[in-house]
Amino acid sequence: MSPTDTVAPPAARPARGAATTTPAGRLLALARAELTLLGRAKGTLFAALFVPLVVPFTMKSAAQEMDLKGTGLSVGSVLLPSAIAFSLLFAVYSTLVSVYAARRQELVLKRLRTGEVRDTEILAGAALPSVAIGLVQSLVLMGMCAVLLDVGTPGAVHYVALGLVLGLVMFPLLAAVTSIVSQSVESAQVMVMPLLIASLIGSGATVPLEVMPDKLARICELLPLSPVIALIRGGWTGELDAGEALRALAIAVAWIVVGVFAVRRWFRWEPRR
Amino acid sequence: MTDQVIEVTDLRRRYTGGFEAVRGISFTAGRGELFALLGTNGAGKTSTVEVLEGLAEPASGTVRVLGHDPYRERDAVRPRIGVMLQEGGFPSELTVDETLRMWAGCTSGARPAAEVLESVGLTGRGKVRVKQLSGGEKRRLDLATALLGDPEVLFLDEPTTGLDAEGRRETWKLVRALREQGTTVLLTTHYLEEAENLADRLAILHEGRIAATGTVAEVVASQPARISFQLPEGYFPGDLPPLAELGVTGHEVEGRTIRLRTDRLQQVATALLTWAEHTGVRLDRLDVRAASLEEAFLQIAQEATRTAEETGDIRQVGGSRRTNQQKETVR
Repeated sequence: MSPTDTVAPPAARPARGAATTTPAGRLLALARAELTLLGRAKGTLFAALFVPLVVPFTMKSAAQEMDLKGTGLSVGSVLLPSAIAFSLLFAVYSTLVSVYAARRQELVLKRLRTGEVRDTEILAGAALPSVAIGLVQSLVLMGMCAVLLDVGTPGAVHYVALGLVLGLVMFPLLAAVTSIVSQSVESAQVMVMPLLIASLIGSGATVPLEVMPDKLARICELLPLSPVIALIRGGWTGELDAGEALRALAIAVAWIVVGVFAVRRWFRWEPRR
Repeated sequence: MTDQVIEVTDLRRRYTGGFEAVRGISFTAGRGELFALLGTNGAGKTSTVEVLEGLAEPASGTVRVLGHDPYRERDAVRPRIGVMLQEGGFPSELTVDETLRMWAGCTSGARPAAEVLESVGLTGRGKVRVKQLSGGEKRRLDLATALLGDPEVLFLDEPTTGLDAEGRRETWKLVRALREQGTTVLLTTHYLEEAENLADRLAILHEGRIAATGTVAEVVASQPARISFQLPEGYFPGDLPPLAELGVTGHEVEGRTIRLRTDRLQQVATALLTWAEHTGVRLDRLDVRAASLEEAFLQIAQEATRTAEETGDIRQVGGSRRTNQQKETVR
């Protein structure tokens, strides 16, 4: 090769346009594809939309039989956080575990990583539609509870908002963590069970921590969903003091930090061979 | 600045668990050049390409793509490269159009989908779900996404595996056209024919090392031609004309079969046939063969294995190996 026939400078190529991608643009492109896919996964969509909107209200009679005297709670303020819990657990968490497992199984994650899109954008883009559904659902549920169960307006709306935001950040992360041990979509449906069950029983989603024995309640407070429920319920009744709120915030942030660490450390971008 | 688009120096790659898939390789590819990594399964082709694509960090050694470290300076590299992995990676429930739209949103300077689909011969398949595409069509969709951003460097990891003969030729045509436009292409393949057809230069990888490198002609030229035949009962190799004098560089005897290696094929063949004619010997299963890439490839793999065996550095040897073979060298 003679020195004269060296590189054509990059400028000699056809102008590559200003169409450089941005993080937001990439995120939206991925989210749009993911939303299309969600619309085609009828089973997942049904579980995500139907369960949170219907199941909490079937528990109304159970809530009416609870001994709520001295807890400052009403049937409405028991059911409302539990409805939001169902939304976070089903529409966000378990949907996303399946999504991450499926994308990994089909080598979509691996293929995407060869492009310009960054790792966090891949995970966030896939989560966006489910997070949006969870958010809209939670707002609708709040509206429904306000109208149907007469819970009134929240006493400390910022705590409610904080709880919801923390939940919407934490559960996609926990979904990514759970997907680490889910080889396939089928195994994903089993792997979501431990956290689902623990959250439903222990986080005040179905049984308020206020009616539990103190020692048990202390432990259950540490579950990931617990601070979210505490903030939403306490924010709504207005009986959450700053110390309790801070404690809930600390627990939630701790879980988020653990989630980020676990994903960075152990997330698998391609199937085990 | 050099004109090397891809520069690999003493690259090693080790997997967790200690297995070293790439054991110190170096090569370069200039702009507009098509460089092929040829090797059997497990030779280290994909492990090498993954480092070049910036998917993995080398255990040691350096890798530069367009003058940058593809792993640490990914923002400088990714918008200018196109990658096609060995196996798909598209959601099966999306259509071809939706897949390209998603990728276009993640690709700087993305070309119109219709244009890219046409170039890979998928026009009219835009509304079809990925799961309904044939294996060959899926490979072409993969190629389409790799070409979406009009890349300066294209990494193709076994691009024609799973394609039929026609699909393979179509892909070759497309790859050649891209190279003519100045795209640098790094191709891995285990099809010798593919490397022979496309590569400006190639490297034969064997067990993580480069066993031979150069243009196809250079690699072939480094290998001897071969003659093999069977001697009838009652004749022995010693009855043949003096082999070393004729230019035979090595021979093997296995039962009645004799294999000769030479760099002077015509001279040796003539002497052998003349001898047979004079003595009235019939040479059964006579096979006279000029060196080819295939011969070179098999030979290199065999030699490398033999060397590894001698040094005790043997990893795994599959299949049956000739053990009761007498090996002699004439020199």
